[in-house]
Amino acid sequence: MDRGDEKLESMGGCRMCLAIPGKIIEITSDATHSALVDVMGVRRRVDLGLLQEDKPKTGDWVLIHVGFAMSKISEEEALDQMHTLQMLGESEAAIDEARGYGLEDVEEKRIT
Amino acid sequence: MKFVDEFRNPELIMKTAEEIRRLTDPQWHYRLMEVCGGHTHAIYRFGLKDVLPENIDLIHGPGCPVCVLPMGRIDDGLSIAAQPNVIFAAFGDMMRVPGAHGSPLEHKARGADVRIVYSPTDAIKLAKANPDKHVMFFAIGFETTAPSTALTLQRAKAEGLQNFSVFCNHVTIIPAIRAILDSPDMRLDGFIGPGHCSTVIGCRPYEWIATDEGKPIVVCGFEPLDLLQSIVMLLRQLKNGEAKVENQYKRVVPWEGNRAALKAMKEVFQLRPYFEWRGLGFISQSALRIRDSYAQWDAERRFNVPGIRITDPKAAQCGEVLKGVLKPAQCKLFAQECTPESPVGALMVSSEGSCAAFYNYQHRKPVTISNATLASVV
Repeated sequence: MDRGDEKLESMGGCRMCLAIPGKIIEITSDATHSALVDVMGVRRRVDLGLLQEDKPKTGDWVLIHVGFAMSKISEEEALDQMHTLQMLGESEAAIDEARGYGLEDVEEKRIT
Repeated sequence: MKFVDEFRNPELIMKTAEEIRRLTDPQWHYRLMEVCGGHTHAIYRFGLKDVLPENIDLIHGPGCPVCVLPMGRIDDGLSIAAQPNVIFAAFGDMMRVPGAHGSPLEHKARGADVRIVYSPTDAIKLAKANPDKHVMFFAIGFETTAPSTALTLQRAKAEGLQNFSVFCNHVTIIPAIRAILDSPDMRLDGFIGPGHCSTVIGCRPYEWIATDEGKPIVVCGFEPLDLLQSIVMLLRQLKNGEAKVENQYKRVVPWEGNRAALKAMKEVFQLRPYFEWRGLGFISQSALRIRDSYAQWDAERRFNVPGIRITDPKAAQCGEVLKGVLKPAQCKLFAQECTPESPVGALMVSSEGSCAAFYNYQHRKPVTISNATLASVV
């Protein structure tokens, strides 16, 4: 049973409109347009491909949807957004989603 | 009470609620549609209806991608999953959505290789990790999600990835709004415009709603105050006899949208001549297909897809609810045969679906805010 199964029971399903704030920790220097982003304490690689016309830099806050940063936001807005997620009862789902980016479980499976 | 404690600016919320009351003509029954499923969820979760005057009705719109996907598309996707050496990858929201022969999750229990991904690029990762299998990503979503699928397809092409494809179910929001406005049994005064979808398309695509249809639309954020402020903006326009596009969510939504995202979508997708929407029927030019230049990564061309069409169970009135003609509780199946635990219609599956939202927050009657509790915090 992979970790996806365990998630299914508790899953509310509201992922499609979930936009998660994250702070850019480090931008990858190669051509992959990705960055290491801190999402509510979870660090994951996030795709910056959709922000190539207005490139963010380290320390900037972005709004993330399905693993892609979709807009640059202010720190104040990021905090607002986290508060909204909390009020919507979705901060757990947001952290779970961020944890899911990169498909760590697949790689673990390959190793074992 | 619980939520009131969590609200910031309860005074401001109270003032905004008073402003709404002041702007409301008691002789008129207001019908405002929130297009986005995220807003539907927020409205119920925050119990916002309790602070609105009784003559303001919020009608839940078609902006829940899971809810509007016709059942046959799920079966088509799952028919590919049934072929040997295929991994069916989709977002978590798809997993419990029933097809005619069960949900992706039930197919998994019967032996299909079904995986949850949180990002379409992870489906690429899955393909690389399983070179002897074919990974099909079941893509759904409005313009919020479509650019991510587009970029993923660009990457797959750039890398010449052979064992990966996308089953594209992306839909576009504007034709859905048009279909609702064209519906003869529908009367609406204005729209609460989608938030995150608009970060991609911007505000300009809504202009016809104001100019041609004479309806105000306000692009809106997801906090209680955002929603109330947007209602104030709509009521002001209505009071002044105006109809224009306004952006309440300026802090996130640029008027012009996200050009890089629109460019990627344009390069990878083209409009389908028509597409079926659950509850709304066939709508022309309302969905995206993968362009010929990406045919190799298009699951619909790569596999023999049966093109299944299934009519919803007759007793279920998803279409009427989706168009806002009926309230969730007015459907005969609501809370009887159809519950979030055992959904008949898709509106009950996703928490963004109006039936599930209504069931969880209204039908089960949790503590929500009321004018009395709100008044007690100021």
